Amino acid sequence: MEVALPARSGMHPAKAVSAAPTYDDNAVRLFTLAAVLWGVVGMAVGVLIAAQLAWPQLNFSVPWLSYGRLRPLHTNAVIFAFGGCALMASSLYVVQRTSQVALFLPKLASFVFWGWQAVIVAAAITLPLGYTRAKEYAELEWPIAILIAVVWVAYAIVFFGTIGIRKVRHIYVANWFFGAFIIAVALLHIVNGAVIPVGWMKSYSVYAGVQDAMVQWWYGHNAVGFFLTAGFLGMMYYFIPKQAERPIYSYRLSIVHFWALIFTYMWAGPHHLHYTALPDWAQSVGMVFSLVLLAPSWGGMINGVMTLSGAWHKLRDDPILKFLIVSLSFYGMSTFEGPMMSIKTVNALSHYTDWTVGHVHAGALGWVGLISMGTLYFLVPRMFGQKKMYSVPAINLHFWISTLGIVLYIAAMWMAGVMQGLMWRDVNADGTLVYTFVESVKATFPFYVIRLAGGLLYLSGMLLMTWNVVMTALAGRKPAEDQAAPPALVGAAVA
Amino acid sequence: MDILFLLIPLSVLLVFALMAAFLWALQGRQFEDLDREGTRILAGEGDLDGDQGSDGEVPRHSRSP
Repeated sequence: MEVALPARSGMHPAKAVSAAPTYDDNAVRLFTLAAVLWGVVGMAVGVLIAAQLAWPQLNFSVPWLSYGRLRPLHTNAVIFAFGGCALMASSLYVVQRTSQVALFLPKLASFVFWGWQAVIVAAAITLPLGYTRAKEYAELEWPIAILIAVVWVAYAIVFFGTIGIRKVRHIYVANWFFGAFIIAVALLHIVNGAVIPVGWMKSYSVYAGVQDAMVQWWYGHNAVGFFLTAGFLGMMYYFIPKQAERPIYSYRLSIVHFWALIFTYMWAGPHHLHYTALPDWAQSVGMVFSLVLLAPSWGGMINGVMTLSGAWHKLRDDPILKFLIVSLSFYGMSTFEGPMMSIKTVNALSHYTDWTVGHVHAGALGWVGLISMGTLYFLVPRMFGQKKMYSVPAINLHFWISTLGIVLYIAAMWMAGVMQGLMWRDVNADGTLVYTFVESVKATFPFYVIRLAGGLLYLSGMLLMTWNVVMTALAGRKPAEDQAAPPALVGAAVA
Repeated sequence: MDILFLLIPLSVLLVFALMAAFLWALQGRQFEDLDREGTRILAGEGDLDGDQGSDGEVPRHSRSP
């Protein structure tokens, strides 16, 4: 009965009979579906608030539809709901395969899934109602933050427990990245989450003023480094070799990449506080560490892309590889742009402008989004006992729609950002400002509309993916219902 | 900037923890045979009792330009 699970793809019929335990993919399957669902929700909210920036009357004078409340809902939904579910699905899938062992405490993995969904739903309710700690990417009030900590510890137990009972001595590099992501996020969440509650949905940070700002961006930038980078690099190091059917270009370099990245990441945060009350030397430390990060980041990017060296034709034929490889080119782009923007003189122009928003979305839509989508397209057929997605041409179409959307989005924000920076710093001979702030807002309008068009394209790609995933899952229900079939037959059908 | 008295020691502790993890990996001979480890994930992991690293059957990169 166990071997008839639809997740058992690609096994040899002969071995299917002898294999007693199987991988436990229940949580993986649920997380892949949840990632797609939350992706649609989070991106739809993003499109709405992008439209609000162009046409503010779209908040309909309803408080819980206003930009200030929906913006954190958008960031939480795409980072922690879409990205988080994709990371949990892929890490729990990868750790079993690379350790050659079934999940440690699968029931706890189910708790991780339902607990994480509870966090997401709580966020979707409380943020529009206006409950917030007012810390970027750490908005959720203390009862929800405690639930996050509990779920995260359970996730860590499942992941590291599986590593602990592994049948292969070597720990594959993807697991190191996933492991660092899990530990670092726990540490960051706890330190930045230190608050004194004054009510069920109200609390104050234990830190004050610039101290609080420093903790916040120590958290905030390391969340980028360990949640949005290390975790997704774990995906990259497993799914690119698997999809390309080639080993990673240099496994040695991947080990160097890992240790270099985690040793240097922790002190990049102060670049978010250039020209603030933060001491000058601390700003410079942040800038230097940010510049150093370029080296391991590009090493990793080259390592991933060069995996296709000698087999570039696969990039033409396989839309899933397109997602995975192009995501790396956006990773390279944003990890070049980031260190550049952390240079204080560049930052003097870019800070507080839409250039930052463009930079974030090059990383979010291009790197995190595309690598997650490629990974989900890899996982979904395997989770439902199918050889491939219901429609492969739809994957290709999704790739081109998203790429076009990203290009529109970031190009519009680059232009808007540089224009805003130049307008704000422009002074007359007598030292007065040439432009009022509202003039820069007016000048940004066309770019906000182009950005909205880019976001709409990206969202429609996600809707196309949802249809494809639902059709694949429905097609996969057949073998699952037919549990009485001999394992060998099921194995043959999906092998 | 009293906060640095918390964040810097925390980061130093973290670096020590990372170094401990690295030394553990090194002495646990995690980096012994890296050429083989990179190819292992491509070989028969669809089944739990599959072999743990058949060499030679997996395509290797030709490093010539």
